[in-house]
Amino acid sequence: MKLREAWNGARERGIFRMNGLLKFITCGSVDDGKSTLIGHMLYDAKLLFVDQEKALELDSRIGSREGRIDYSLLLDGLMAEREQGITIDVAYRYFTTEKRSFIVADTPGHEEYTRNMAVGASFADLAVILVDASQGVRLQTKRHARICALMGIQYFLFAVNKMDLAGYSQGEYQKIEKEIKKLAIDLELEHVKVIPVSATEGDNVTKHSIHMPWSQGQTLLEYLETVNVDADTDEQGFVMPIQRVCRPNADFRGFQGQVASGQVVIGDEVKILPSGEKAGVQSILTADKTADNAKKGQPVTIKLDREVDVSRGCVLVKGAELKVSNMFTALLLWMDDTKLAQGKNFLIKLGTKMLPATVMTIKHKVDIQSGEDIAASRLQKNEIALCDIRLSEKAVFDTFSGHKDMGCFIFIDRVTNMTSACGVILHSLRRAENLTWQKLDITREFRARQMGQKPVTLWFTGLSGSGKSVLANEVEKALSIQGKHTMLLDGDNVRMGLNQNLGFEEKDRIENIRRTAEVAKLMNDAGLIVLTAFISPYRSDRKRAREIIGEENFIEIYVSTPLEECEKRDVKGLYKKARKGEIPNFTGVSSPYEKPDNPEMMVDTSKKPLEECVERVLDTVNRHMGQKDR
Amino acid sequence: MQRQELFSHLDALEAEAIYIIREVAAECENPVMLYSIGKDSSVMLHLALKAFYPEKPPFPFLHIDTTWKFKEMIEFRNRIAEEKGIEMLVYTNEEGVRQGMNPFDHGASYTDIMKTQALKQALEMYGFTAAFGGGRRDEEKSRAKERIFSFRSREQAWDPKNQRPEMWRLYNTQIHKGESIRIFPLSNWTENDIWQYIAREQIEIVPLYFAKKRPVVYRDGNIIMVDDERMRLLPGEKIQQKSVRFRTLGCYPLTGGVESKADTLEEIVKETLSAVSSERTSRVIDHEAAGSMERRKREGYF
Repeated sequence: MKLREAWNGARERGIFRMNGLLKFITCGSVDDGKSTLIGHMLYDAKLLFVDQEKALELDSRIGSREGRIDYSLLLDGLMAEREQGITIDVAYRYFTTEKRSFIVADTPGHEEYTRNMAVGASFADLAVILVDASQGVRLQTKRHARICALMGIQYFLFAVNKMDLAGYSQGEYQKIEKEIKKLAIDLELEHVKVIPVSATEGDNVTKHSIHMPWSQGQTLLEYLETVNVDADTDEQGFVMPIQRVCRPNADFRGFQGQVASGQVVIGDEVKILPSGEKAGVQSILTADKTADNAKKGQPVTIKLDREVDVSRGCVLVKGAELKVSNMFTALLLWMDDTKLAQGKNFLIKLGTKMLPATVMTIKHKVDIQSGEDIAASRLQKNEIALCDIRLSEKAVFDTFSGHKDMGCFIFIDRVTNMTSACGVILHSLRRAENLTWQKLDITREFRARQMGQKPVTLWFTGLSGSGKSVLANEVEKALSIQGKHTMLLDGDNVRMGLNQNLGFEEKDRIENIRRTAEVAKLMNDAGLIVLTAFISPYRSDRKRAREIIGEENFIEIYVSTPLEECEKRDVKGLYKKARKGEIPNFTGVSSPYEKPDNPEMMVDTSKKPLEECVERVLDTVNRHMGQKDR
Repeated sequence: MQRQELFSHLDALEAEAIYIIREVAAECENPVMLYSIGKDSSVMLHLALKAFYPEKPPFPFLHIDTTWKFKEMIEFRNRIAEEKGIEMLVYTNEEGVRQGMNPFDHGASYTDIMKTQALKQALEMYGFTAAFGGGRRDEEKSRAKERIFSFRSREQAWDPKNQRPEMWRLYNTQIHKGESIRIFPLSNWTENDIWQYIAREQIEIVPLYFAKKRPVVYRDGNIIMVDDERMRLLPGEKIQQKSVRFRTLGCYPLTGGVESKADTLEEIVKETLSAVSSERTSRVIDHEAAGSMERRKREGYF
């Protein structure tokens, strides 16, 4: 097949148009006519396939809108949405005109679907925000603009819709235009365009309006075809996060990624972050072709002129000032159904790096409509807050305004794997940079050797009254008899001392467990075998304790005595009080206990005599110390 | 310099797809790329070769063979796998074959057993945790709302109401044991983009896409090619020699062709640009009812 010739010929004759690509999002509420606007644009531009068009007319007949073509049916795809008559999720549409190719993310307007709008906004370069001419700028208009700005959109087109219902009045339009200009100033939106339209009638959508001779500017489509969204970028220097190391054979070791900003040329000296090592660029492949240079947006493979320690998550830079730190302040959009409390631990994905991270403090919420600061210690779905985030180790990042790709992140829940939050980094926190780990001469291994034992932590978890403390106590005695050096941390005792400033709400419970884990780790460092007896009801907290203490030193023992039995025992009389409602958040009664998925062992003190339980724990411990030793 | 001048929309789509493919290879435990032999698969394979060059793609390719594909497709598959040096796994639901499943007698249940069930079996058998598919959002309404990284439960079902938010290029690939991800690197491509890219990159595709005189019958408004002697003719049906081409490829008795003289890419693109029907109208199974695709996807169809 003579493909190349066909291609060249076709290109000359203009059949294969090579346009640029514009990705935009449309925002507006159910009644603003946003789906209708896009539907109409596609229809006018003859971008509908005939069979889709037929289906549309058919659907319209079934629908309630008096048999006229309902353009919005083209966009509302999922069955649930058709049934409810609203747009729940982001729908993507594609069209091409003489001048450009477009991808449209059509998003829902309701407040409860803020996260869906954020998904669309994170993908787009420009936002088309619908304003109902009869309503003017409303709270939801502000919310939509705020979300788009938060996610990094810099170009805004406000379409003042339903001008037909406003009598095509210039006065009405100018009033709304003034409101929009004010909003733009409040939100510091840089590039703002306002156009009066009627989506149902088609005024100023693709054709100039005959009803509004006073509006002589561009139509919506004209603007979208010509706006240059790449005009001003503040991103400095060359930045490329590494996706993977390519090693086809012993002679070739290349670093693959997509250029996030700037450009790189053969011979350039680049710095590898976080290590700070330097190396020269020996060769560049853009996809599968050798090249002299590579620019923003291109997929590349870079080979360096010397052996350096580079892996996924590292970043190649030249002339770009990125941060290497483990703490920053960010604006966070919470997207999960559960609530966010301070101290919660996640996996963060930042560039191509994934690592554990903790929300240290929720400084305040930001009202999504008014922009006001509101004091808060927890976040609900679709709320935005300013937070301090701490990473488990130093990583490379930048502010969102400095380098977009290096300044945004997502949080992944460690138990459900849900994408729970997304955020943009405002600034790095210095505190973290000034602390460095002091290296000690006497090491953990040395201390352990001196004591002649392997320091581990036995983490007993289970309901109140399950027998954790009694069991831990007996196990400690038995270990002492064997000549081991031990320490028992009991929940109640620790709460009376170290943790006396903590209460029982979620964030305090998280902190209670974190401190206990850190103390257990210090004691392990000192050479001791530690036993902890805490209810520790949350899986994510125990997972974090495991991380702090170290997988190889952590033995989770689930004391699985059933609730009925614990309640029957009720040694401290707590269940009785809890049932009467005198103790709020009581685990098992008014607060959940999340069973361990994969504990090192399980023991039910109601089924076996205590001595036997102790024996079984000792067996497990000895086996683990042996196994984990090797 | 502006990006628009540097990059055409094809460059942007290519870069996006390569980024996605690399992310999966870097983060997912046991990925596979589904290969249907069609033009979208050919583009996806081409992108995978580019993404890892000079390395070969670090995952195998999987073809679900219903035993009713066009002969030319199978020849093409075997030759391409050989030439490109990739690992090509072929899976057929042998139980279905034993039961004599065929597109003439079994209609929708044929598709379910030989395609959907076969795919589930293959993914399970090899323990794949991530599977690339060539699906595009412009194909069908329910696909237009599907994420690029689309999660499947242990039963391999899709839950459209509980999709993970997908922000920027930060794809979340974390899954529990038994769950899997379908990844659609061509999500943002249109049919026209696919053709343009095939032309630009000189990607070889199955000759069935080009018009040629072929033996066909007209049935229920579709043009069906008589690819072998298993084709059952209905009373009154006559085999005719017509110049036809195919816009999508699948099982030959279920794939409608279009009458066309377009035997070059240029002519195909011209016809596509002025097309009066969208691509899926030539797939017989899509016609049942509005929403049928969404229903099948929830049940585990790719």
